[in-house]
Amino acid sequence: MIKGLFDGKRWLALWKAIPEYYVPGFIMTLKISLVGLAVALVLGVIFGMLSTMKFRPAKFLSRIYVEFIQNTPLALQVMFYYSVLPMLFSSSGFRIPKFALGVIGVGVYHGAYISEVIRTGIEAIPKGQSEAAASQGFNYLQTMRYVILPQTIKIIMPPLANQALNLVKNTSILAMVAGMDLMYYTDSWGSDRGFFAQAYFTSAVLYFVICFPLARLARYLEIRSMRLPASKKINGKEDAAC
Amino acid sequence: MLELFYQIFTVANVTFMFKGLGMTVAIAFLATVFSMFFGTILALIRTYGTGKMKWAATLVAAYTEFFRCTPNLLWILWIYFTVKGNKIAVCVFAITLFTSAVMAEIFRGGLNSIPKGQFEAAQSQGFSFLQTLWYIVLPQTYKKVIPALLSQVITIIKDTSFLKMVDVAEFMRNCAVVLGSIYDVRGMMMLFGFEAICYFVICFTLSCVVRGYQKTLIIA
Repeated sequence: MIKGLFDGKRWLALWKAIPEYYVPGFIMTLKISLVGLAVALVLGVIFGMLSTMKFRPAKFLSRIYVEFIQNTPLALQVMFYYSVLPMLFSSSGFRIPKFALGVIGVGVYHGAYISEVIRTGIEAIPKGQSEAAASQGFNYLQTMRYVILPQTIKIIMPPLANQALNLVKNTSILAMVAGMDLMYYTDSWGSDRGFFAQAYFTSAVLYFVICFPLARLARYLEIRSMRLPASKKINGKEDAAC
Repeated sequence: MLELFYQIFTVANVTFMFKGLGMTVAIAFLATVFSMFFGTILALIRTYGTGKMKWAATLVAAYTEFFRCTPNLLWILWIYFTVKGNKIAVCVFAITLFTSAVMAEIFRGGLNSIPKGQFEAAQSQGFSFLQTLWYIVLPQTYKKVIPALLSQVITIIKDTSFLKMVDVAEFMRNCAVVLGSIYDVRGMMMLFGFEAICYFVICFTLSCVVRGYQKTLIIA
């Protein structure tokens, strides 16, 4: 597994391959992660809100999306987008760009997970809050925007950071469809030369560089969210009623 | 349409694909058992490694953090290309190596939730440290982490689909072999639908068990 890891010549070869292989791969992985996370957040908020509505079909739609996506492998979904989607649009050799493939893949997959996170966040807010908002003439979207969602932030932030971490790790699936991401370049350079230890070790370090701050962030948010909110101070005295 | 269906789902094809499904389940099962074993040991070292054993706890912490922050696919490829031996055993080893880190975190969460009084009570009754762990702490921990554990098992089952990349005869790979002989879009969609349903049935059953168990926890 680590045969030849301390071979200077191999590291030199890797150093030469960095601008050609690792830099574009790393940038692609970062780009896919960022755009994919944005897509996943949008889908997650939409379906999370749908699943807490009183309107039955909306709830049902959201359940189908979440259950179906969560219980099938991402690899299968990406293979599906890769081989079937282009054929639905045209029969000629049209191919979806790799970047779009990655964004759709991780975006839809993690959208389902984030939707569950948001649903539990909304359900944790007492019902009286939306009733109070309704009594003040807020409509559904206004209630969500001004009353419910701001309160859920504290609950959903730690699992969201965890989801972001998993999303970055899951972009590596694109290597299965030659997705021009970090994993793909690592695999191609490594098997080209047979310097597996160097290739994969470097790649692991690069993934670690992205993911470790996210893991720390998740830990930090988790610890912070367990703390009770500080009581309000009015004129130097603690206000017990708040 | 029906003709196409019979063309794809011949007896030979279906048995071939279900053989792959069996392999998927077998690999997932072995990886689960091994990673539960190693995960428990790692979690115990990290939680109770104090004093002279501090270095071991630090080592385990580094291991779990490093593996949790790198993709599973990377480890599968790395180990597959560099470790010689039985293909399937190597893949089980790779998945175990990665999942042990995740399991260790799950068990650590469970161990931390056991109140200290349990230890003190056990000590007052003359239990040794290992006896306390075996008879008192671990049973409670396992019971607490069942939901997280089962959702990790679902993840393992889904992750076995990575093994298609290293050509192990698991479900995804066998289906891809069948897919290679289909040129009709409708046929492809049928096959993908079949794959999705198979994975869905296994994973959804497990997630229903998780939810059912969580409900009993709330009642009790």
